[in-house]
Amino acid sequence: MSDRTDLLLAFADDELILGWRNSEWTGIAPFLEEDVAFSSIAQNEIGHARALYELAAAELGTTADELAFDRKPEEYRSAPLVELRRLEWARTIARHWLYETADEIRLAALKASDDQEIAGLASKIDREEAYHRMHAEMWIDRLLATDEGHMRLDEAVGELWPYALGVLDEELRPELKARAQERLGRALPDVEAKPRGVHEAELTELWEEMTSVRRSAPPGAQW
Amino acid sequence: MVTADQVWEVLAEIPDPEIPVISLVDLGVVKGVAVDNGTVRVDFTPTFMGCPALEVMQRAMEEKIAELGAVPEVRVRLDDSWSTDDITAEGREKLRVAGFAPPTPRPAGRIELVQLQRGFRCPYCGSTDTKLENLFGPTPCRSIRYCESCRQPFEQFKTI
Repeated sequence: MSDRTDLLLAFADDELILGWRNSEWTGIAPFLEEDVAFSSIAQNEIGHARALYELAAAELGTTADELAFDRKPEEYRSAPLVELRRLEWARTIARHWLYETADEIRLAALKASDDQEIAGLASKIDREEAYHRMHAEMWIDRLLATDEGHMRLDEAVGELWPYALGVLDEELRPELKARAQERLGRALPDVEAKPRGVHEAELTELWEEMTSVRRSAPPGAQW
Repeated sequence: MVTADQVWEVLAEIPDPEIPVISLVDLGVVKGVAVDNGTVRVDFTPTFMGCPALEVMQRAMEEKIAELGAVPEVRVRLDDSWSTDDITAEGREKLRVAGFAPPTPRPAGRIELVQLQRGFRCPYCGSTDTKLENLFGPTPCRSIRYCESCRQPFEQFKTI
């Protein structure tokens, strides 16, 4: 597999798995606006995954669906941050902000790529992600505004920090740290990042559920 | 022999599957039409990438072109060639009449949250005393606003 395909798959897997996690709030978010917001964000992320898989599929001679659903859990290249199942609001918001900020840093690098296909797609994705970032920023403001919110956010960020670092290649991590420290008003430790490809147990559960319909269909079924 | 003009004409008859007041040509998503012998190639871009109407749009275009007696070849472009600035003036007016606030022009820099919060005109009463209710709405391309003047919620097309 080329570096290009590896990069596309890592990015696509992040977006697919996070899209799935975000969709877990559909119907049960704390209030209706957030139900709509997380459902809509999930839809966008899965749309991005589809486009990224299509670029990878063209190179590998397969299809986006096969890449999304026919690999084994251990073959996914997602970052552990997106694999965690955390149906708790402060952790959801902490992950949301950490991921979207890391994603912005990654997209900035990809937009500057010499590869026109990747740069063009990254630009389009980035425009949609701008809305996810605004949403995440609004929630950071809201949580930082009260003592309890602040405390819960701090705790969640502390727990997720090694995972957040694992979204980015090593050379991009210092930027994430600088931005997170400034925005969240706290020091963040230099810790070992949770590496890509070493999966959380939750990924297997997610995969079982996500692929169950497809796996139950006879081979060659038309969707 | 089919001409490109004829193709544009039939494509302009296809409504957006989710906001049927506006056509695909009004939306600006059709990026090119090329006629080569009996084959018509159409390049189009998704509005938002997770839009579930993508395949529906693609099929509708293929059917219209086939009705002209040509072989359709409709390709999705995965690049940055569409923005809400490409919605035609006519398309914007159709959106407004249907109760959607049309997207504002795209700023040169980042789309900041503050832009989403002030000055948007209510499509029902024309007041600018409106507030953002939710960045996200029933489809990826829409936000929800509320008019303090006529007390109507309304949808706003996101600027991207």
